[in-house]
Amino acid sequence: MKSLRPWLQSALLAAGSVVFLFPLWWMVVVSLETPKRAGAAMTGQDGVALWPADPQWGNYAEALAEMGSEPWVGFVNALANSIVVTTLVVIGTVLSSSLVGFAFARLRWRGRGALFTLMLATMMLPGQVTLIPLFLLFRGLGWIDTILPLAVPAFFGNAFFIFMYRQFIVQVPESLVEAAKVDGHGWIGIWWTVILPLCRPVTAICAVFTFIGTWNDFMGPLVYLHAEEQSTLAVALNSFRNQYGGLDDVHLLMAASLVTMLPCILLFIAAQRQFVEGLARGAVKG
Amino acid sequence: MAEVILKSVGKVYPGGVRAVQGVDLHVRHGEFIVLVGPSGCGKSTTLRMVAGLEEISEGTISIGGRVVNDIAPSDRDIAMVFQNYALYPHMTVGRNMAFGLERRRRHGSLLRSLLSPAYAAERRAESARIQARVDEAAGLLGLRPLLQRMPRELSGGQRQRVAVGRAIVRDPAVFLFDEPLSNLDAKLRGEMRTELRILHRRLGATMMYVTHDQEEAMGLADRIVVMKDGLVQQIGSPSELYDRPVNRFVAGFIGTPTMNFVEGDVERDGNGLALRWAGGRITLPAGITLVTARAAIGIRPDTLVPVADGPFRGTVQSIEFLGDRADVLVESSGARLNARVPTDSARAMREGESITLGMPSIVHVFDGEGQRAE
Repeated sequence: MKSLRPWLQSALLAAGSVVFLFPLWWMVVVSLETPKRAGAAMTGQDGVALWPADPQWGNYAEALAEMGSEPWVGFVNALANSIVVTTLVVIGTVLSSSLVGFAFARLRWRGRGALFTLMLATMMLPGQVTLIPLFLLFRGLGWIDTILPLAVPAFFGNAFFIFMYRQFIVQVPESLVEAAKVDGHGWIGIWWTVILPLCRPVTAICAVFTFIGTWNDFMGPLVYLHAEEQSTLAVALNSFRNQYGGLDDVHLLMAASLVTMLPCILLFIAAQRQFVEGLARGAVKG
Repeated sequence: MAEVILKSVGKVYPGGVRAVQGVDLHVRHGEFIVLVGPSGCGKSTTLRMVAGLEEISEGTISIGGRVVNDIAPSDRDIAMVFQNYALYPHMTVGRNMAFGLERRRRHGSLLRSLLSPAYAAERRAESARIQARVDEAAGLLGLRPLLQRMPRELSGGQRQRVAVGRAIVRDPAVFLFDEPLSNLDAKLRGEMRTELRILHRRLGATMMYVTHDQEEAMGLADRIVVMKDGLVQQIGSPSELYDRPVNRFVAGFIGTPTMNFVEGDVERDGNGLALRWAGGRITLPAGITLVTARAAIGIRPDTLVPVADGPFRGTVQSIEFLGDRADVLVESSGARLNARVPTDSARAMREGESITLGMPSIVHVFDGEGQRAE
């Protein structure tokens, strides 16, 4: 197929970028406006400038201070909770999914094919279906109002990422595994020292997707954590929206929303190269 | 350095496929032994059983007097060089070479070294010893300038040398090589072959080497093991295999160009025997005993020479000049004979012309079942 001319390619990409970046730009601009101009922009009474004439940087401090019942405390608590939960879930998902993927790819054991199919079938189950049974299970274990229901399941693998790891590891030459055996490693040692470092592109995808999914997860923390001091940022933002959802406070809502999503944007930029490489590999080899 | 002894070793894969059967082999101290044969003959499986990468279905394997059937690869005191080098892509050359020793270090706990100064000192000393070993092996193979490079930054030959270096660092009792030169181009393969031979002499180590290339086997081995269909066909020095192949398979597999075979009927010839085929008849060497009605003679191409009168008359089909020698293919009453003759002699020939080849001084005789007749 003949490729598009460079200028046309650039024009199409630029147009696509504008479509995707518009909401972000709108949020940034509104978050820096005065309450009156932000409200007008929200109702469509007035357009927004490309960049505010007088950026109100103080909106950010005000929004974060107002999150929760005590100034700053609500935000700091929610941020800390999000960091703890997300870190645990990312570590758990990467470790468990890569280990199980390795076992499916390299170990020969009875029932491997059937279990792999069963595992893939679990991907068809919507999260809502398992919500109530899981809630009952965690309540039975006495885990409600702790972060355990959010973090512990991550250490039992994620079907989609197990599948991705398995597809990637199958491509790793068998001789590398054998060389590691001759060098004195057992299965766990081979996974840790040889396979996991080679899976960096898949790990980047797994980590970024898991981070974004967990950081933005609203349902899990809402169901399992009930006290304000246990809230994650997503739940705290929702409370903030309930409290400051009026037209006069839309600038604060945008500021709080932007701060909430900032780590995801930064992470994506940092891991972009690995991420895109991993997706490309998945496309070719998976 | 150690002996490797295989006693009635066999390998049966799930499903009943018998890859190796009844292999008896005694690899002596410091010997360079090459397992050679066509694809699927069981040579790599045999080597992998010695390495511990394949379970042994039958028989026993001992290394250094110790039966290793149920011992993990890392505890067999072996090092292996793989066909595709198997260098860890995420480690530098230096780390690749040190990896096996680091795994074996006695003072392995970083946490403990933080808590105990004595332990930390031992750990540092051990690291220094590992580095010294890596440096020594790198010096031996000319790898010192490459120690900080990643495998992807190396050429095929350099990677191959790193793989060998990684094996040397471990100072194993037995080196195992699984077709280590097959990914290299012909020129580099020749160079590496010489390097390996020199390395073997320097280290004096026991080496087992697998290849499908009989020239490589002839060039490297103290002794060669020829295998086919999971069975050992013959074990012997390169000259033994070349001069006295035990069957037609070995005779045809060893030597370049391959041996010519002329099949015919055995008949009495006075006190001896003769072989008659469509294009002629020759008297077989005295003392030959044959119990089959059919037989074949085997003739090395370099023993066939053009003469005025001889038993093989035919037409020149092709002439390939190789420098000081030329390969001449002659069609002689249904038999195709390859003769390697001096270039001067080949220059006088023309494709399509008639030619007569003389009776060579050395003729190998094989009975109807392909076994050597004496």
